[in-house]
Amino acid sequence: MLWMEEIIVATTLEPVVRVEGLRKVYSLGDSEVIALAGIDLQIQAGEFIAVMGPSGSGKSTFMQITGLLDNPTEGRYFFEGTDVSHLDGDARADIRSRRLGFVFQAYNLLPRTSALENVELPMVYAGVPAAERARIAHEKMGIVGVAHLAQHHPNQMSGGQQQRVAIARSLVNNPGLILADEPTGALDTKTSEDVMRIFRELNEQEGITIMLVTHEPDIAAHAKRIVTFRDGHVVSDGPSTTLRYARDDKSGEAA
Amino acid sequence: MSDFKGIFRLALQALVRNKVRSMLTMLGIVIGVAAVIVTVAIGSGARVSVQNSISSLGSNLIVVQPGSVTSSGARGGFGTASTLTPADGMAIAQLPGVSAVSPAVTIRTQVVAGGNNWQTTVTGVAPTYVQIRTWPMASGTFFTQNDVNDAAKVAVLGQTDVSELFPGGQNPIGQTILIKGVPFTVTGTLTALGQSSLGTDQDDTVLIPYTSAMQRITGQTTVNQLMVSATTTDEIAPVQTEVTTLLEQRHAIAAGQPDDFQVRNLQSIAAAASSTGAVMEFLLAGVAAVSLVVGGIGIMNIMMVSVTERTREIGLRMSVGARSATILRQFLTEATVLAACGGVIGVVAGFIGTFVVAALAKWPTQIPIAWVLFSIAFSALVGIFFGYYPAKKAASLNPIEALRFE
Repeated sequence: MLWMEEIIVATTLEPVVRVEGLRKVYSLGDSEVIALAGIDLQIQAGEFIAVMGPSGSGKSTFMQITGLLDNPTEGRYFFEGTDVSHLDGDARADIRSRRLGFVFQAYNLLPRTSALENVELPMVYAGVPAAERARIAHEKMGIVGVAHLAQHHPNQMSGGQQQRVAIARSLVNNPGLILADEPTGALDTKTSEDVMRIFRELNEQEGITIMLVTHEPDIAAHAKRIVTFRDGHVVSDGPSTTLRYARDDKSGEAA
Repeated sequence: MSDFKGIFRLALQALVRNKVRSMLTMLGIVIGVAAVIVTVAIGSGARVSVQNSISSLGSNLIVVQPGSVTSSGARGGFGTASTLTPADGMAIAQLPGVSAVSPAVTIRTQVVAGGNNWQTTVTGVAPTYVQIRTWPMASGTFFTQNDVNDAAKVAVLGQTDVSELFPGGQNPIGQTILIKGVPFTVTGTLTALGQSSLGTDQDDTVLIPYTSAMQRITGQTTVNQLMVSATTTDEIAPVQTEVTTLLEQRHAIAAGQPDDFQVRNLQSIAAAASSTGAVMEFLLAGVAAVSLVVGGIGIMNIMMVSVTERTREIGLRMSVGARSATILRQFLTEATVLAACGGVIGVVAGFIGTFVVAALAKWPTQIPIAWVLFSIAFSALVGIFFGYYPAKKAASLNPIEALRFE
């Protein structure tokens, strides 16, 4: 009765992300570029994982496939227990709409549009009624401390404030996984620390699973687990050196 | 996934975010629709007024005119037979289905009354003329058949001539006017008819007995026109045929020879005028429709630019869960809303333009409601048609590349 066990495992212990032998090959004219050369990885619910590596290491490609923006060339990808390796564009869009949240380096807020409307955007595509959208958007903006900026437009906000609004936007559909692609890349050190603290709080207090992609060790150090990519392979995978993590916690308590 | 209201709101937000550009994009459609409305309003206004003024001449009217004899020198000897005489008119009056006949002898001349003179049209007619034209008297009496028999020197004035020859409210009845030096006594005045469809002043006229005109003024023995009134509209066609047959006999025109006269009825003139008007109206509307299409191409242009400019935005929308079809619908909605708004504004502009034209040029105008609805519907269609390609382009973007777009 092996199949029965599998179902039980799927409903109880299935990780948020499970990839097996994941390969991604881009063909550029005659030559082929191997972006991912066979990745096996699991991300459990409640994890805060940082994906590191130099440019060209495959970390961005991994994020794109994990975020269901793209399909792998080979291998299998189970998201929350479902095989999503070969879904079409619409099916992937539906999962992104219901179960995934994205935070980008450039914030990607709609210009000349209020913060509130920006935060509501994913819910518009998910078909949430207007009144409900406003309520949820206000709630999530409160969690990341930008509720007072609801009527501000992006050009009236600092970079840190814009990124917080973007984080609130990633939360509105109660995602199973938040993907943050270089979220502090455009921010100064102080603001970067603030934004990373928000991610940590979301992970620790709300239990939200977060995958962070960065090339900065300082930023990656906020995560609980660090995976390093190089040339399409995972070259290291282990818990964060908790020193910095602990120190920040203390400074946070002191303040 | 997402409801139409949501998409509509998104499209509206995107348009409002770029107010100036949205306005400029609409402009082509606005001008196109306004042009359609104004041209159609003027065209159909003209058509209606032509119809009205033609029917005011008397819709059962048949006009007999001498044929043109100038076309070839060989037929010059045919001259005397080619003209109409009062006797022709009397013969026509005996035909069944004819209620009245009046000859018309037209003289363009100077008329003098006391110290005033005025260039006008003096028309020699029979007493039946006022019945044929359904033209009531304003004051006094019209001349009688006895006056015609006697070639009496009596005249009836149109309102323009009353005011020009007898200014300051003088009563013209009983006064004497000189037509080419011949004194005529005014016995009555006609009510004002206003302008004809061709813009001539119908009240600028003096009516005298046709015998007086022929014998005392011009010395001619033929008339310029025979005006025949049929008893009913249904009698017009048979009367036309009878008149033609009768005149061919009287003028001794052999079968197969061209007639030296022509018989026309105002119904056919009205129909011709109105169909010419309709053709003009469609031509003008066609030109205006071309400008609508040009407006649509303008929308496509701007939407293409907009899609390129908003590539990152589209990438973001896709990453937060918008399906391709949803993006397509959003951009299509944007184009359609733009075009339809342009259409509505264009209709308003068209109404204003029509009003201004009507006020300044004093042209009759009429805005057919069907054209208003058609213009709005057509501009929305233009939006859908020309918005589809840019929307398709937006929807087919790869979210990863779109997000990275600089």
